[in-house]
Amino acid sequence: MAEIAIKGVAKRFGGFTALHQVDLTISDQEFMVLLGASGCGKTTLLRIVAGLETPSQGEVWIGGRRVDHLPPRDRGIAMVFQNYAVFPHLTVFENIAFGLRMKKLPQADVERRVNSTAELMHIEQLLKRYSGQLSGGQRQRVAVARALAMEPDVILMDEPLSNLDALLRLEMRAELKGVLAASKTTTIYVTHDQVEAMSLADRIAVMHQGRIVQAASPVEVYRNPAARFVGSFIGNPPMNFIPATKARNGSWTVAGLTLPGPKSDKQNIDFAIRPEDVGAGSEGLHATVRVIEPLGSHTLVTCDVEGGLFRAILDSNAGVQVGDHLRLAPKPDRIRWFDPETTNSL
Amino acid sequence: MSAIAEVPATATADARKAGDWLLIATAMLLCVWVLLPIYLLLVNALSAPGEVTAFPKRFFPSFDFGSLSFFIEFAGVARALWNSVLVATLTMILSIGFGAPAGYALSRFAFPGKEAFRFLVLMTRAFPLPLLALPLAVMFIRTGLDDTAIGLALVHTTLALPFAVLITFSLFSGIPVELEEAAWTLGCTRLQAFRKVILPLALPGIAASAVFAFTISWNEVFAAAVLTIENRTLTAFLLQSVGESPLYLKFAGGAALVVPALIFIFAVRKYLFAMWGIANR
Repeated sequence: MAEIAIKGVAKRFGGFTALHQVDLTISDQEFMVLLGASGCGKTTLLRIVAGLETPSQGEVWIGGRRVDHLPPRDRGIAMVFQNYAVFPHLTVFENIAFGLRMKKLPQADVERRVNSTAELMHIEQLLKRYSGQLSGGQRQRVAVARALAMEPDVILMDEPLSNLDALLRLEMRAELKGVLAASKTTTIYVTHDQVEAMSLADRIAVMHQGRIVQAASPVEVYRNPAARFVGSFIGNPPMNFIPATKARNGSWTVAGLTLPGPKSDKQNIDFAIRPEDVGAGSEGLHATVRVIEPLGSHTLVTCDVEGGLFRAILDSNAGVQVGDHLRLAPKPDRIRWFDPETTNSL
Repeated sequence: MSAIAEVPATATADARKAGDWLLIATAMLLCVWVLLPIYLLLVNALSAPGEVTAFPKRFFPSFDFGSLSFFIEFAGVARALWNSVLVATLTMILSIGFGAPAGYALSRFAFPGKEAFRFLVLMTRAFPLPLLALPLAVMFIRTGLDDTAIGLALVHTTLALPFAVLITFSLFSGIPVELEEAAWTLGCTRLQAFRKVILPLALPGIAASAVFAFTISWNEVFAAAVLTIENRTLTAFLLQSVGESPLYLKFAGGAALVVPALIFIFAVRKYLFAMWGIANR
């Protein structure tokens, strides 16, 4: 059992605040992905959980035990680093055995566990080699095997796939998901790649400027962004935002269309829709086509709506031309509304 | 068209060629400047005593070990040689003992005044030793450190320490901090991580830095001459006694001093470049 609780953790580097009062609970065996652009504080948060960084304030609990004053070795964690950190002076076998030898396990147990994790990561034929004789993908496997061999309660991964080429990344991603689910550990995984986050996570914590903006399941984060930032960060192409003005209470005018919306005493709010949730029809948002990008399965159309950019994913045989005036009808259940001042969802 | 295009092209080619020649000529001149004295030293040291003053010289020496064997048997040489080795070994141990931890601290920790410290370490080399010699001699006599190997080794350590700090600093900086962090997460204390991961990786460089400290002590003559009387090192001994000895003996003594130093420096040259950031391994 290893539930992780992060309570009011903040981190300041001199005058710069990397993390503001972060609260996050990760349940046992959950796969949590910290997602955000570089500099958002996700790696700092991971390093605080690992014990490689000391929080300026707040508490970290792992498995019901407060750990923020403990060194990394006493936290029951294992970590996989972005550049693998495979010890160059040791063989693959000794790399994987390193933590087990520190625990002073008998030689027979060390051999058994090294061999079984090596088999799991498909590197049993590399055990006698040194790091310099391995490819990037193989080094990554050694780093993961070294962490798994510890049989930790918690595995922390800091952008483990970002140094691999695209094809290898896809292969490793699927493999990691299987291996980690079978190992029954709690996982925190840091990445800036939204596809990686969506495909791996049980829950995604989207981070922005040192805060967790939303922590929810991948589908929830995609469908119901808690803030404008989440909608514009996740999804490729991102969500569209158009200013809406009040028609009457509970009804809003958006680019020539009047839609039912939230009740609010504000005069202006933001209307939002994902590019794939509109269809060309006779009624809808008034749009002028600017760019057409045929992508095979569908066509990405960039339009001008209310003087702003609007992207729509349309059927590849929709037959639109640059300069066409379209009516884009949003699917009513996919429309979201945001407060322009707080940027939060309404 | 071709005539117009060709004239500037050949002109620049000529200029480049001339530049190349200038570079080669300068490099050769510098090489001769450094190598000629060493060559003459070796030729004369390996010639029979009679040949040293003879003219014209032979290009290859006669490999007569008369001068060298006479030098080795010269009264006091063996003892001075032993003193030199002793002082240099002590210097080596002291400068690595103090320098390597300082280099590690510089590469791994952020502390106020870090840049100033790095600069000051280097600036100690700019302080003229002759200015310190008299007060130092007085202090050494008072504390009883004068004419001892450890006393001289302390002075040599102050000379060698800046290099030890800078070389080990660049060495430790070249080892990714993630390796250490990985060791911590795998159950190591700071000290264990250093011993099991950092030390094995840094050892060749630390050895090179030690050899360099040894060489600095081996070559140093001024402090050795001022601070020792009975227990002279080879450099101080030669300065004192070879002055009035025959020419062939001077050459033999010079060779005995220069050749080990040259070999040591050649062995560790890679790390000396790394110290100045010219080549990163």
